[in-house]
Amino acid sequence: MDWQPILLSLELAGITTVILLFAGIPLAYLLANHRSRWKPFLETLISMPLVLPPTVLGFYILVAFSPSYLFGAWLEKWLAIRLVFSFGGLVVASMIYSLPFMVQPIQAALQSLPHSLTEAGLTLGKSRWVILRRILIPNIRPAILTGTVLSFAHTIGEFGVILMIGGNIPGRTRVASVAIFEAVETLNYRAANAYALILLVITFLIVWLVSWINGRSFNTWNR
Amino acid sequence: MDQWQELQYLEPMIRWHFKKRLHSAQGIMELDVQSLALPGTITGLFGPSGSGKTSILRMMAGLMTPDEGHLQVDDTVWYDSNSQKNTSPQHRSVGFVFQDYALFPHLKVQENLLFGLPKEDSPKIIDELMQMMDLHSLADRYPRQLSGGQQQRVALARAIVRKPRILLLDEPLAALDASMRQTLQDYLIRLKDTYNLTIFLVSHDLPELFKLAQQVCVIEQGQLIRQGSPAELFSSETVSGRYRAQGTIVQIRPTGVLFLVDVLVGSEVVNVLATSEDLLGLQVGSPVLIISKAFNPFIVGMNV
Repeated sequence: MDWQPILLSLELAGITTVILLFAGIPLAYLLANHRSRWKPFLETLISMPLVLPPTVLGFYILVAFSPSYLFGAWLEKWLAIRLVFSFGGLVVASMIYSLPFMVQPIQAALQSLPHSLTEAGLTLGKSRWVILRRILIPNIRPAILTGTVLSFAHTIGEFGVILMIGGNIPGRTRVASVAIFEAVETLNYRAANAYALILLVITFLIVWLVSWINGRSFNTWNR
Repeated sequence: MDQWQELQYLEPMIRWHFKKRLHSAQGIMELDVQSLALPGTITGLFGPSGSGKTSILRMMAGLMTPDEGHLQVDDTVWYDSNSQKNTSPQHRSVGFVFQDYALFPHLKVQENLLFGLPKEDSPKIIDELMQMMDLHSLADRYPRQLSGGQQQRVALARAIVRKPRILLLDEPLAALDASMRQTLQDYLIRLKDTYNLTIFLVSHDLPELFKLAQQVCVIEQGQLIRQGSPAELFSSETVSGRYRAQGTIVQIRPTGVLFLVDVLVGSEVVNVLATSEDLLGLQVGSPVLIISKAFNPFIVGMNV
């Protein structure tokens, strides 16, 4: 059996999740503490991947990344980056696709913390950064774990977006879910079953692990 | 202390004037209150809930920005709407004890105190405060493992770690039972004297204000109604009594010409006879003072 698609899936999910973790916490903090007119708009935008068909998302990302259009052309010309049909493109697309799974649980947890914790930190002379790092984050660890795991599992299960912008290039964009699709198309049910079973076991273990660590149902974030 | 220093010391240390339009459950309220406080004194802020007392504390701390006003502590201006000055809470020297204590749940008692210690300060003060507040035996406990009174002591100690110029207490003793309250009031007085703190205290409790405050500001609907010492404010000048107690009417029964009034004082019910004139404007639930003059106790509606 060819393990490459499985490893590629894990690599993609790992990189995406780590970057999302660093981007998601500040974003969730801003959303939890901001009361501007733009907040509902921004929240809706971040939540779109939850309801949008992956093909729709994939199509627009493909158009955006394509060197034939403005943004893609700019990337290629100034940064020499081509995101279409490349692993880098998959990472960027996965980040957009999995963003709500990271941001929403963390934002909900930050909003549920008493505001007096932050204010106590302020009257003790600490900056908002120190308060976030040393007071808020340690008190929302379960939500951060939930967000991390859900993002990871969701990225592993990604299919439509990847097929749209990554295609099916072995070793570069052929992740496990795409490999399953290809195996079924070529009537290689044996390989499809092997990939599918491995994905099933991995995702089950991850989600089970998080609900075990949190000691309660993992969907408490969905408030 | 030479004479000049003493004179300066006697100058009103804290001058404050806050104007703010507040949006509350009852609608919009215009808060406009100003007063002075002497160093080393306790000022009580008294009044019905929703009258703006907590907002005043928050504006002193810089957690809320007034629409207009002025706040000066000694010769330092922390807030002035004319000169656009607004010092951030981090750079005002305040300690704040929140109603819910706001202890950091993931830190032990000692770590809660250490969090407030500025980098350049010696940790000696932590030890000193733990000693003074009898916290040493609790040093390694987490806040959730503490009783209400213990949490309160930690919150008080933490607020003083930075040796603030003013200490703000938002109804900190409200949730505690009577004996616990007594003990904490004693701790508070000890802290005030040791660190020469100027304290502002929101309280609903008259005995507490009598015990602690040198000055009380009575605030209603965002306005300063009266100001003075607790004795001046809460004792009617027309009566001279030996014994007073604060209570609440729980029952009024007619007995011929007079009325038998049951007043709940602390956990006991006291029976008082009253005429229909005495009871004018009073009903079940009204707060009253029971005053024992010579022999018979009688009741007076509290003018608050």
